[in-house]
Amino acid sequence: MAASGGSLARYIVTRLLLIIPMVFILTTIVFLLLRVAPGDPVSASLGGRLSEEALDQRRAALGLDRPMLVQYLEYLREVVTFQFGETITDNRSVIDIVKDNGGATLTLSVAAFAVALVIGLPLGLIAGRFRDTVPDLVIRIFGIITYAAPVFYWGLLFQLLFVLQLDWFPVGGSASPETIFLVEDKTHILLIDAIIAGNSEAVVDVLHHLVLPAVTLGLLLSGIFIRLVRVNMLQTLQGDYIEAARARGIKESRVMRSHAFRNALVPVITIIGLQIALLMSGAILTEATFNWPGIGNELVQYINLRDYAAVQGIITMFAVVVVLVSILIDIVNALVDPRVRY
Amino acid sequence: MARRFRSFGAGLFAPFRRTTGFGRWILAAGLVLVAAFVLVAIFAPLIAPYDFNQIRANGERFPKAAPPGGDFLLGTTSFGSYDVFSRVVWGSRTALEVVAIAVLLSLVIGVPLGVVSGFLGGWFDRVTVLLMDALYAFPSLLLAIVFSFLLSDLFGGGVTAAGVALIVIYVPQYFRVVRNTTVSAKESTYVEAARAIGAPKRTIMGKYVFGNVIQSVPVIGTLNAADAIGTLAALGFLGLGIQPNEAAEWGYDLNRALPDASAGIWWTGVFPGLAIVLLITGVTLVGEGLNETINPTLRRRKLRPFTLPPRGVATMEHGKGQVDL
Repeated sequence: MAASGGSLARYIVTRLLLIIPMVFILTTIVFLLLRVAPGDPVSASLGGRLSEEALDQRRAALGLDRPMLVQYLEYLREVVTFQFGETITDNRSVIDIVKDNGGATLTLSVAAFAVALVIGLPLGLIAGRFRDTVPDLVIRIFGIITYAAPVFYWGLLFQLLFVLQLDWFPVGGSASPETIFLVEDKTHILLIDAIIAGNSEAVVDVLHHLVLPAVTLGLLLSGIFIRLVRVNMLQTLQGDYIEAARARGIKESRVMRSHAFRNALVPVITIIGLQIALLMSGAILTEATFNWPGIGNELVQYINLRDYAAVQGIITMFAVVVVLVSILIDIVNALVDPRVRY
Repeated sequence: MARRFRSFGAGLFAPFRRTTGFGRWILAAGLVLVAAFVLVAIFAPLIAPYDFNQIRANGERFPKAAPPGGDFLLGTTSFGSYDVFSRVVWGSRTALEVVAIAVLLSLVIGVPLGVVSGFLGGWFDRVTVLLMDALYAFPSLLLAIVFSFLLSDLFGGGVTAAGVALIVIYVPQYFRVVRNTTVSAKESTYVEAARAIGAPKRTIMGKYVFGNVIQSVPVIGTLNAADAIGTLAALGFLGLGIQPNEAAEWGYDLNRALPDASAGIWWTGVFPGLAIVLLITGVTLVGEGLNETINPTLRRRKLRPFTLPPRGVATMEHGKGQVDL
């Protein structure tokens, strides 16, 4: 027991130490790509709109006139202190973007994850359980199509059907202007603010706006969940203990419930946790489609403004989050499953 | 020669013959869909009535946002009044070209790198693994965004930039799989035997290891191709990929179609999107079908009915010889 506790501690320390090279490599790649590239950020985003002296001033203010190595070290220092710099076009700090828009992205991601779990887990289990039957085929094709249709296409189709034809949902945004105006901003998460304010109309309004984006992003994830759960179920059903349970005459429904489903779902939990990268990619596209005021939408707008500093800061922030989350999942996984530690 | 050709043909169809039930239908449906798109891409100049960037014919400008029907099978766009059908057809050429080149190049880079890294080990292996793991951990779309954001300035065009961005995403995927298989293949008896008879490292890597690790590549390759089509479209949708004057690209068209949706102009977005869905579905079905034949944990083989030969004369199949018991 003491020995395994020791190895767990060592595993966690190793994983935590791995953060350093991972973040270092990712940030270095981002820096090299965005800074060593031809043309400088200031003239790329502001060129033609300001005089040459004004551009020089902006460059000096941003420290872009210093040697590359100095800029690089400065950038690393910013990353370590969670700063991520300022935008060129409107002098906003990236941390402010995360604070102001992170709540919307978080709301969307959590809601989409819930939608995906509700759709993906049962369908995957059923498809695996009834392999090579009509339900399996239908579910698999559904899974492939949800994966094959880009989120922005789902978004477009939903807008055509549910907004234009049926008029059930609003076109986009996270709430109607009245709600945003009335609800006091406390947590930067509109839904929670509305609940705190006890404004039931605002809560309904926010949820009303949330449905289409969450279902759009959730469908994308559900396709992946169905595939993962189905394959795991197939492999679990080949296990000796399933056969042993059947041989003992246990009812098939009970074999499924307490022997197969549970064992099929344990590894899935880890893999689902690793879908954070897919979730982020999907969230950017969903936000752009529904004009959802999240970080991804901001990123797209800064890309169109060709604001290098903003793009660099937001991408670096994403990289750090991904690395932290993946290491967190590894550690949770090691706590749950002793076989993972090495 | 004929014999050789026949065995090659048999090899090509082997995965198909080995599947049963739905696995076979999935593979067949996928192949049909993909083949249809390949044909459309090859014969695009014959199928498409207009060029992808044509806005006038016979000295007359096309109507803007015309609904489907008449001269314009699927209507015209609200941006630039292009023919939607022609852009969908030309778009299949763009998608297949870019994705095929990107996936092939990432194979050419990723597979040998994985073999060499896994086989040699040491510091080279450690550094490459760290770099590849870092790239792999990064959300692929973000990586593609960064690369095409930068490279579009460098190359002055979206096609090359998008292609390079896709290569950067997929190289680590091949690298990881191939490197890990190489590491385990390195310890196997046949590699030890090759080493024992004095085969040089290059021969072992090229002949013994490569032939064995390459088996998992077709499945990853097809699934990556499906993913790449989606990523290319996503870049186009974000306005980063291929620009409208270079080539027709479905993702870009969807981006421009988004504001149309609220105006009731549905045909500008529905058709290019449908093309994306069908092509990705086709490629994914091929990948799933292949996976089911290659992945032993998913494989199910048809058991041929077998009758025991009469006592005394056991005839072996293929007439290779008779065994007297």
